[in-house]
Amino acid sequence: MNLNDFLLTNGAGFEKLNILKIYIQIFRHQLLNKNIYLILIISLVFAISFWIGFNVNLLPAEASINAPIYDELFKILFIIGLIIFIGMTIAVIYSLFKFRRRNDQIGDGIALEGNLSLEIIWTIIPSIIVLLIGLYSYNIYDRMGGMKELNHNHEMMSSNTEKIWAGISQTSDNEISKNNLSIEVTAMQFAFLFNYPKGNFISGELHVPVDQKVSMQMESKDVIHAFWVPEFRIKQDIIPGQPTILNFTPTKVGKYPIICAELCGPYHGGMRASIIVEEESDYNDWFNKNKKTEVNL
Amino acid sequence: MTISIDPQKTNNESLQPKGWLRYFSFSLDHKVIGIQYLVCGFLFYLIGGTLASAIRIELASPMSDFMPRDIYNQVLTLHGTIMIFLWIVPVVNGAFGNYLIPFYVGARDMAFPRLNAVAFWLIPPSGLMLVASYFVEGAAQAGWTAYPPLSITTPQSGQIIWIISVLLLGGSSIFGGINFIATIIKLRRPGLKLMQLPMYCWAMLGTSLLVVLSTPVLAGTLILLSFDIVANTGFFNPVLGGNVVVYQHLFWFYSHPAVYIMVLPAFGLVSEILPVHARKPLFGYTTMVFSIMGIVVLGLVVWAHHMFTSGTPPWMRLFFTIATAFIAVPTGIKFFNWVATLWGGKISINSAILFSCGFIINFVFGGITGVALAQVPFDIHVHDTYFVVAHFHYIVYGGTVFIIFSSIYHWFPKATGKMLDEKLGILHFIITFIGFNLCFAPQHWLGLNGMPRRVAEYDPQFQFVNQISSLGALLMAISTIPFLINIFLSARSGKDSGDNPWNALTPEWLTSSPPPVENWEGEAPLVEEPYGYGKELSEQK
Repeated sequence: MNLNDFLLTNGAGFEKLNILKIYIQIFRHQLLNKNIYLILIISLVFAISFWIGFNVNLLPAEASINAPIYDELFKILFIIGLIIFIGMTIAVIYSLFKFRRRNDQIGDGIALEGNLSLEIIWTIIPSIIVLLIGLYSYNIYDRMGGMKELNHNHEMMSSNTEKIWAGISQTSDNEISKNNLSIEVTAMQFAFLFNYPKGNFISGELHVPVDQKVSMQMESKDVIHAFWVPEFRIKQDIIPGQPTILNFTPTKVGKYPIICAELCGPYHGGMRASIIVEEESDYNDWFNKNKKTEVNL
Repeated sequence: MTISIDPQKTNNESLQPKGWLRYFSFSLDHKVIGIQYLVCGFLFYLIGGTLASAIRIELASPMSDFMPRDIYNQVLTLHGTIMIFLWIVPVVNGAFGNYLIPFYVGARDMAFPRLNAVAFWLIPPSGLMLVASYFVEGAAQAGWTAYPPLSITTPQSGQIIWIISVLLLGGSSIFGGINFIATIIKLRRPGLKLMQLPMYCWAMLGTSLLVVLSTPVLAGTLILLSFDIVANTGFFNPVLGGNVVVYQHLFWFYSHPAVYIMVLPAFGLVSEILPVHARKPLFGYTTMVFSIMGIVVLGLVVWAHHMFTSGTPPWMRLFFTIATAFIAVPTGIKFFNWVATLWGGKISINSAILFSCGFIINFVFGGITGVALAQVPFDIHVHDTYFVVAHFHYIVYGGTVFIIFSSIYHWFPKATGKMLDEKLGILHFIITFIGFNLCFAPQHWLGLNGMPRRVAEYDPQFQFVNQISSLGALLMAISTIPFLINIFLSARSGKDSGDNPWNALTPEWLTSSPPPVENWEGEAPLVEEPYGYGKELSEQK
């Protein structure tokens, strides 16, 4: 409502104090109006981001213990990211449209050089968000087993005094770790070899039983490779001269690709293998069929 | 106390060739050197872009069928190296830095004009050498990161030429960095305070500090790598007891700051462009300065986030996660400040402002995926996949290259006295923006779902999305056509711009366009408020 209209409809005989009050009233009214639009737009941005975050799935199937944990982190980051991205994009496009120079306009915009409280707000709020994301992702990484000590509990490799450099060592439930399936992975240009020490055989295909922790020690014969199973959400470089470890627990029966993710030469794109997750009985059949006794050596 | 010297005094005009010939001479004029950097960089951009097109053609089908596999690896190595070391770094630092910094500090030239010319003339030979290495025994094929042992085991001549060429380019970059620091600190016009400098000076000061601190580390690393290749030493060769992970630490100690060497100057340039076309002061000058310096400091301690799946222990993974994520804070401040600069302005919608706003949108997207990638558990899945490829192209193409184009539209009248055609410019923007997003947005999905980077062949289920991406690349290639037509037509017969077509207040516009050899006819003007838009009017009233 315009001040003049207000004065016209209510008579003009106001004292100065009253006029001031009216000014304050109109100011409040307009401020509230603007805020309502702002609140509406912000809630719309939040609603859209949450809707997309919960309904659009960009990830492959979940086939290991790590995968649902990873997807939880992904969802949260995706939603926060969408809110910021949509918000900023709207702000830029709105400014370009609303504050564009009309043909007949001359002169400059307002000489506003900064606003300390605004600048403090957009320093502190992002700091808090970033800190919270950091703590949360620490929690996620811990749940994935990333912060566990890299002690390898291979019985077969007690003689191995080499330092383990890196990897993911999953939360070891003592019960499970007894039945740990230990596998030694050797990578070379352009293949993976999987050595089953207990069965004394080498396979080009990785067979593992479902719901059982697998513990791999990996080393490369030539250049750097990487072991990646997208459905498991895990990856670890395989480095010549420095063994790395990777532990995981598959949760879904099926055949998944093992992909080399580190440029390793001309046939890098073709360096793939398969991991076959099967029921324990099927796995045992396969294992027994391939197993060699030491005498045969 | 600032010293006022005229480095050009001994280098009088009669010794220098005139007209277009001076661009092929060992000119000491900072403006000529700036244009030399820009044109030379753009020619390499066309080569790098051709290589990128070759990659996208190969990836339009799941099989490796367009070129032999080892050639493909050479193409992707050269594409990365050319785009970084011969296009973005020289142009966003060398070209605009040389052209603008002396104007901004009120000097007649850079502090060391001969060093400046040497820095430029290192670039064409090393670039040509790099491209020519293809015809010797094949170019380097270990990626632009040249990780050993792959870089030790691939054909040697290509890798050695790659190392020499990157060393020369790094040297050029260090010479430039020293020159910028000296010019900004020592050649300021008397009376001009540091906190009155245009923002691009601060960006270049921060960038040059990064260049000077981190490039020598890369140089040392590459020299050790070359010893491993030619002299059978064992610094990084595991067969001889070397450590390959140490190479990665040393390499990324330079190459992560290199990202800021590529984007900080762009942050500076956009801070110059937005206030002029929005007719408003730059919002939050002081916080902008502090956030640049914050990015410089943090940028030096985040390198290991490139190595989360490599041989790094858990505590190190955690430290670098938090350090990396915190870079989002100073960077975020800058973006909020730019939007606040637009807010309430009187924005002329033209090619320069459109490319700048495209930059804001693209870079915010790339920054968000960057914060996600900083989180170790997130990165473990997508590291070395197309998600990362998409992320860094959003930063370096959607960010820096958009700003290079924006700057060309903004400063073309300054350098030539001619206006660029706005219709062609807006067409260029629209095709670039659509093509870029079509090319790189789908690659995020590819990475999440299992397509690693640097591959010539992939799972057939990804074919459709890859073809969309290749279509985007085609549009990006097409977008250069209106740009080139625009440049040639406008340079020949463009509308005269006058000295100051944008009514800008920064010092480079307070002389004739194109400027005279020593920048000003008389004394350099003292510009205390380079962003004082809106103030003159209120004073007049």
